[in-house]
Amino acid sequence: MVMKSSRRIPRVLIAKIGLDGHNRGAQVVAYGLRDAGMEVIYTGIRQAAAGVAKTAVEEDVDVIGISSMVGAHLAVMKRLKKELEALNAADIPVMMGGIIPEEDYDALRELGADAIFPPGSEVKGIVQYIRGVTDGLMDSGSSGNLVRQQD
Amino acid sequence: MIPMTRVEWEQQLASDYNRRGRRKTDYYSDSKIGLADLYDEESLKSSGFDAQRDLGFPGTFPYTRGIYPSMYRSDFWIMGQYSGFGNPEATNERFKFLLSQGQTALALALDLPTQLGLESDQELADGEVGKAGVAINSLQDMEAIFAGIPLDKVRQVFTTANAIGPIMLALFLALGEKQGVDPSRFTIVLQNDILKEYVARGTYIFPPTPSLKFTADAVEYCTRHLPHFKPLVICGSHMRQGGASAVQEVAFTLANAQAYIDEAVGRGLDVDDFAPSLECQLSVPMNLFEEVAKYRAFRRMWARLLKDRYGAKNPESMKCFIRVYTTGYTMTAQQPLNNIVRVAIEALAAILGGAQSLSANAMDEVLSIPTREAAQVALMTQHILANETGIADVVDPLGGSYYIESMTNAIEASALELMQQIADKGGAQKAIEAGFYQEIIRRNAGEYQKEIEKGERVIVGLNRFVDDKHKMKIESFKADEGVQERIIQKLRALKAGRDKEKVRGCLCALEQDARLGKNTVAALIDCARAYATIGEMCQVLGNVWGTYKEGAAWL
Repeated sequence: MVMKSSRRIPRVLIAKIGLDGHNRGAQVVAYGLRDAGMEVIYTGIRQAAAGVAKTAVEEDVDVIGISSMVGAHLAVMKRLKKELEALNAADIPVMMGGIIPEEDYDALRELGADAIFPPGSEVKGIVQYIRGVTDGLMDSGSSGNLVRQQD
Repeated sequence: MIPMTRVEWEQQLASDYNRRGRRKTDYYSDSKIGLADLYDEESLKSSGFDAQRDLGFPGTFPYTRGIYPSMYRSDFWIMGQYSGFGNPEATNERFKFLLSQGQTALALALDLPTQLGLESDQELADGEVGKAGVAINSLQDMEAIFAGIPLDKVRQVFTTANAIGPIMLALFLALGEKQGVDPSRFTIVLQNDILKEYVARGTYIFPPTPSLKFTADAVEYCTRHLPHFKPLVICGSHMRQGGASAVQEVAFTLANAQAYIDEAVGRGLDVDDFAPSLECQLSVPMNLFEEVAKYRAFRRMWARLLKDRYGAKNPESMKCFIRVYTTGYTMTAQQPLNNIVRVAIEALAAILGGAQSLSANAMDEVLSIPTREAAQVALMTQHILANETGIADVVDPLGGSYYIESMTNAIEASALELMQQIADKGGAQKAIEAGFYQEIIRRNAGEYQKEIEKGERVIVGLNRFVDDKHKMKIESFKADEGVQERIIQKLRALKAGRDKEKVRGCLCALEQDARLGKNTVAALIDCARAYATIGEMCQVLGNVWGTYKEGAAWL
């Protein structure tokens, strides 16, 4: 496996946790990130937080993106964080998008959300955020060579 | 004076463009149908239009101009606002308020655990109990939702049960018994459209094949016992909201309709015995004229499908009752009050298109479950359209418009082409199992987003006329976080107090019927009467049929 520090292409997990089946946002983001040259895993709908955390660790993703459209964002974030902690992976940044009222931003950040993308967010803004995260990793890491290293 | 010819006018048009420029090189509808500068008699003729064959009169085949001769001159459309949240008691309160405001039908939104056959205390349900709708575990909750609202006092009750469609039918019938109201005196409308769940909405439980049979159980039961019920609403709206274009919405909905009709006919039902009870549900985004044309094309295609393909004889089979929901994806979280205007325009298109029932979204649905004020504005939007604008005073006011009729023809032609592709894949179920619809929808949604980000598609307040300084603040609905716990307590009390032997017996009988491939509705009614939970019924059915899951994939 190519470790984050030496990998040049951001790897992102886009997930739908819980019962919410509204997948337009998640898919638009997932395919948008792919089109921007990232490696993307889309979980499909109705996933358990434990499974998402496990996939994130196994696939060594740089960022996890969660889409929530039915008001369960706080509960979902809480569950995911717990599962990530159980796998010693609480350092994987989590971004959250969907129908999230502004008054919940602080609570979400406290629960560990690193970035929040409300309705109307642009895919390019999300790309920028992820590049910021992975560039940060690169700065502290390694070679500066922008070609993807082969596994 | 010699009247101007088309050629002469086109010369004037060209010089006008030269002098004043043009906003775009080419103009397209939302479905990417190319738009001419102008529509006239010639363009209508060249689109193959034949007034007698394609229009007829309102209330006559092929129903392009509406399914009733008098349309809204007799009565306005049904104003069925979608509501229901939290616990049954809160929903009961909201229903009473809406009825007091002149709402003529109730729409019961179910929370996701209920729609997925999960009990409120299951781990998977955590955080979603009472969120997207009301939590219903058993008949006890139905009794609370309709306390003081006898079912015969409401014109009809619509519910978004899909995977659990036949179970909700059983619960309503058991509730009617409890209230002492004969089912001949109320009408239940079940969405019960499982195919689109695998495409867009996602609340499937069982695999497609048994699910399609389960859907047909409700259709068959109602056809034989309750012919005034509406056991199936075939939906394009969710696929549209997921990203489909107007043309795709029409084609997918009608292809799905064929799958259901084939299943029902396969059970020996006469098409004229059940087709009159079928309804369709479509969405209405902002492209006004295309939307008006879409409804007209849809009605015509439905009528022709039923008559030509299924040999329907009863005109009622050929009339499509259309329910409309205004659209979520056209709303913006930025300057949310602008959504009131969007909803009004979408609602206008639905009425000009001849809808039978309309739910107008609340402006704050892009931020949360609607507040009471926002829900009221949405309902009043309908009352304003009905009572103040005069749009309801003439039947099919846009009929005969060169543009509308040309667009209606173009939509029909493109949708028929797509339906042929679906047929070539073996029909709706096979096409959906192969991901054919999903891929089209996903691509469209991605394109839409790209157009916005490139600025090719203007969304006011989002990518143009942006105002970052003055943030419009609207109060968003606060869910009662204690609801889940109270619902769980009630569920546990119910389980402790009911006749366990009776519940077990009814569930066994249900399992037996499902294994034998019999119609499950009679057994479901017994389960409902015994206060078995929806979760228990789904568990039993899942044991027989298995469950369906979507897996993770690298893109």
